[in-house]
Amino acid sequence: MEFAKLTIRAALEGLRKRTLSAVELAQAVVGAVEACNSTLGAYLWFDREAVLKEAAAADEARAAGSDLPLLGIPLALKDNICVAGEPCGCASRMLEGFIAPYDSTVAERLRGAGAILAGRTNMDEFALGTSTESSAVQLTRNPAAGDYVPGGSSGGSAAAVAGGLALAALGSDTGGSVRQPASHCGCVGVKPGYGRISRFGVVACASSFDQVGVLTKSVADAALLVNIMAGFDPRDATTLMVKPAAWDGSSDLHGMRLGLPMEYFVDWVEPEVKSAALAAAERCRELGAEVIEVSLPHADYGPAAYCVLAAAELSTNMARFDGVRYGERAAGVKRIEGLYGESRGAGLGSEVKRRILFGTHMLSGANYERYFMQAQRVRALVGDDFSKAFECCDALLTPVVPAAARKLGESDGSPVEAYRNDSFVVGVNLAGVGALTVPYGTTAAGLPVGVQVIAPTLQESRLYRVASALEAMIGGGR
Amino acid sequence: MKAQYEMRAGLEIHVQLKVAAKLFCTCDFSFAAEPNSCVCPVCLGYPGALPVLNGAAVAQAVKAGLMLGCEINSVSSFDRKNYFYPDAAKNYQITQNFNPLCRGGAIEIQVGDGEVREIGLTRIHLEEDVAKSVHHGDCSGIDFNRAGVALIEIVTRPEITSADEAVAVLTALKELLLYAGVSDCNLEEGNMRCDVNMSLKHCGVAELGTKVEIKNINTISGVQAALRYEARRQGDILAGGGSVEQETRRWDAETGKTVAMRAKEDAPDYRYMAEPDLPQLGVTAAEVARLGSELPEAPAKRRIRLVEQYGIPAYDAGVITGSRFLADFFEESAGLCGNGKVVSNWIMTDVLHLVGAHGVAIEASRISPVELAELINLVNSGTINAATGKELLEEIFLQGGTPTTMVESRGLGQISDAAMLEDLVAAAMADNPNSVNDWLAGKKAAAGFLVGQVMKRSRGKADPKLVGKLIEVSLNGIRTDCVTTAECGKGEHQ
Repeated sequence: MEFAKLTIRAALEGLRKRTLSAVELAQAVVGAVEACNSTLGAYLWFDREAVLKEAAAADEARAAGSDLPLLGIPLALKDNICVAGEPCGCASRMLEGFIAPYDSTVAERLRGAGAILAGRTNMDEFALGTSTESSAVQLTRNPAAGDYVPGGSSGGSAAAVAGGLALAALGSDTGGSVRQPASHCGCVGVKPGYGRISRFGVVACASSFDQVGVLTKSVADAALLVNIMAGFDPRDATTLMVKPAAWDGSSDLHGMRLGLPMEYFVDWVEPEVKSAALAAAERCRELGAEVIEVSLPHADYGPAAYCVLAAAELSTNMARFDGVRYGERAAGVKRIEGLYGESRGAGLGSEVKRRILFGTHMLSGANYERYFMQAQRVRALVGDDFSKAFECCDALLTPVVPAAARKLGESDGSPVEAYRNDSFVVGVNLAGVGALTVPYGTTAAGLPVGVQVIAPTLQESRLYRVASALEAMIGGGR
Repeated sequence: MKAQYEMRAGLEIHVQLKVAAKLFCTCDFSFAAEPNSCVCPVCLGYPGALPVLNGAAVAQAVKAGLMLGCEINSVSSFDRKNYFYPDAAKNYQITQNFNPLCRGGAIEIQVGDGEVREIGLTRIHLEEDVAKSVHHGDCSGIDFNRAGVALIEIVTRPEITSADEAVAVLTALKELLLYAGVSDCNLEEGNMRCDVNMSLKHCGVAELGTKVEIKNINTISGVQAALRYEARRQGDILAGGGSVEQETRRWDAETGKTVAMRAKEDAPDYRYMAEPDLPQLGVTAAEVARLGSELPEAPAKRRIRLVEQYGIPAYDAGVITGSRFLADFFEESAGLCGNGKVVSNWIMTDVLHLVGAHGVAIEASRISPVELAELINLVNSGTINAATGKELLEEIFLQGGTPTTMVESRGLGQISDAAMLEDLVAAAMADNPNSVNDWLAGKKAAAGFLVGQVMKRSRGKADPKLVGKLIEVSLNGIRTDCVTTAECGKGEHQ
């Protein structure tokens, strides 16, 4: 067994056929983590003993006849997803030592399906960033090239999966935070449509954009995990009641209409990235899909609207981190205003502070109408763009980001330039639709490049259909 | 001297809804609970926790809206009111700023000599309560039990023209909400809290004066006192040629004064933002209709109906409709008994006397409308006398029991048979010749003493009216004899 490439599906097959035990699987994970995590920096926390103990219990359960869909499968969770009794620090000093007192719905559902919640992965502090460099705890390296960033904010999850330190991992995607690192590290990343997966117990970044996503080694694994986690949750009022038909495993593209949004194939997209997406489109055409050009006319305004709205929501979501009930509390402060200022000043990193200030400003006085409401109107237009595009095609095929991963420590440019890099991922969050990224080649420098498939919220099986066809082409998807 | 200024005041009344769980989580809440014992990750604002709207609270808020004649919005929404303060677990409060659940409506009050006025409402919206800060010495604690408790905020238009009208609004509101079962309206437990906006305007001028907001008033008498104080304060400023500052003031119940809290320019910017964790709140016409059908008749209407239907005095109807329980009790009993006026008399004089004497609310007493009706019928039919009836009432009120069974098993039936009583009357008169002589000498009260003696001998079972008659007949008989004798004697002396 080569653990680094092992998919959940292959592991389950081994477990069911008794050619692999959960303990062996756990030992493989433990071995990989112990060998590589100090270099890769993917995990922030990993409880070796608990993993081995739970694996032994899973073997016993299987021997007793249990065949839960994820029995004995170890998974990594991003550090902003609560698991009762485990740290949940969001890679921030603000929550250093904070132990979650309750389970998130996703943790509960995965554990209920037999999974072992093995460890917690690094991220940009409070999920704000695109390189995982804003983590207050540690650096995470890109497994494909050690001096490159893994992307972010779910960079630890992407590095753990692509680096062979996890079978699969959970991330969260507010503005590309699952898809961009998946693309940079070379794994499959899925952000289901808004409302498909409960956000209960996932530390909020920008609530109307946040969605739990998965990072996996195959499309089938992603579909399996999403299927287990998705569905209405009485504890999250924004989850959808409707449950779409599950993906039947088909990768037949005959009769499928694939749209290429012109606005996503612009001149500032690096040639290697653009050509990967075009090659993927060509491949889909060969496999029977009808490929057409479509337009998302308000695409250019998306990043600015996202920037305003996400920061505004973030600013109020972050208000609860005040040092009063939990987390970092400044010592020796007498007055409450001082306690807030000192605790937040010491506990939060500069990127977090910058966005809180920006978001607070966007909601202040007349700015609310001038910026926030205006951005809401733009958001509606972006949503309409997608609805109209889906009238003439079943799914969209696009680049994920304009360029492959950059080197550690290099600048993303000005904040405005950095936001432009998110252009192709944030539209999806603005519209609340579902999207997936699948590896499709590498750059000359050996860095992975992914392509993005986008489908309407309840049509995520289309994502799997297209992506599994592309995946077969590059030899993945065991 | 004619008043130069008129008061215009509006109230913002926070009312705690009577529901089992908090507004956005399933925690229960009791006023007396240990601090921080009614809490969960949601109401403590823990990372990752999400609010889920309590449908029962929505139903109560709709009922409040219907009682007050509001328009119920088919779609309303929630917003975050952002401010940093330790009583707000999330450092924002979830409220309905932009699209409240109810709009319009009015509350009827009686002013002066029974004149009825309507005070208009702007809105009623749902919001979560905040935690309670407890300060001791140089240290402060926060009790989050109250954090997240379901409230409605009722906002009146600035149409209140006196402190007494404000009192009338609050009293009427309390009565109405208690009636509808929307809230316990227990002011001591903070079920109802009030902020006041007030300005003075020149008489005969439409334009309103500068508004001052007064916060932190927790009693109805506090509202009255604060408005009176503030009217004097603002009146003095205006009379002295000054102008009133737009500001927020705090009512200090101990000193009986309002104290400046913050000026207009220091007013916080709450940065309201639509709550992304909650979808819009839809209320269908069918739900509104269903909730409306569960509502009781408004007390003011019921008062009028009781007077008309049962012929009871307006005063009695007012007392009886003061509580929905009592009014229901009365109507059920009146229905069973078939005589509302008598039931009303019993309630007004006897039942409410017992409530006062024993300090037991009628809700907590053991008597039901069925027993009261039965008891009244036993007295009216003459089966037992009124005194026995009252004794039984007290016993049933305190310990329970069925009147008919008690009367039968204890042999308490009234003796209404004249033949059975004549012996007792004769014996009483024979044993008390002095009383007979007194009566004959013109002391009419002596007859009452003799009635009492008969009652005593019958161990209270005799029908006192019948005994009275029998004694009168007997005494008259004696007098007739005496008069005859006396006349004879008189004749002799002449």
